[in-house]
Amino acid sequence: MSFLTELPIDLAELVAEVTAPEHGGIATFLGTVRNHHGGRGVLRLEYSAYIPMAEAECARIAAEAAARWSVAVALRHRIGRLEVGDAAVAIAVASAHRDEAFVGCRYAIEEVKRRVPIWKQEFYSDGTVAWVDPTRGEESGIAEGAGHGGWARG
Amino acid sequence: MSSPTTPSVSVRVLLFASYAERLGREVLELTLPTPATVGQVLREVRALPGGERLPARPLCALNLSHVGPDTPVSGGDEIAILPPLAGG
Repeated sequence: MSFLTELPIDLAELVAEVTAPEHGGIATFLGTVRNHHGGRGVLRLEYSAYIPMAEAECARIAAEAAARWSVAVALRHRIGRLEVGDAAVAIAVASAHRDEAFVGCRYAIEEVKRRVPIWKQEFYSDGTVAWVDPTRGEESGIAEGAGHGGWARG
Repeated sequence: MSSPTTPSVSVRVLLFASYAERLGREVLELTLPTPATVGQVLREVRALPGGERLPARPLCALNLSHVGPDTPVSGGDEIAILPPLAGG
């Protein structure tokens, strides 16, 4: 199974992947393309990736969450051209009880943003284009040259 | 003690997104004297035309895992220089 896809993401498919009789809760996260960034209008995005490493990193994140909280994890990140409102990332985490599902889902999305080699080019309504650098904005990310401390570790 | 040639390693370097644009290429092959590290690979890349536009300490990966600049490299390794990540 691939974690990256060029096709539209169907959250229901991810929910189905983690649905099991022993699970009593499924937490989901859906990240969608926003029509604004830094006060500018965004028309569309292009995601690109270092695909083999992105696949490996997503697999590691899913395995870490599964081992730490005894959850089942389904994870998908879209690459290529996306329009406003499209789902860019989707996560479904199932567990026996809701606490583990919520915390596992939060862990997965934070680690995806922090570790998975994916890049985003924004196309603005004023005709300009830019590579998004979350280390310079209000969003968090790995600062260049920083270590890998980790969300919710320790 | 002298050897006819200095031992060296050949590695493959991948550039992505804004960094690929800055150097005008996505892949390059480098040969370095041993023992070599990821940091030495970076210095070589930053000495290329356009390389001065890379930060001194970018994110790096070795064979599909994040690594620091002191990590040793071996022949045939794949080193990736990663712009700030923007997934999610």
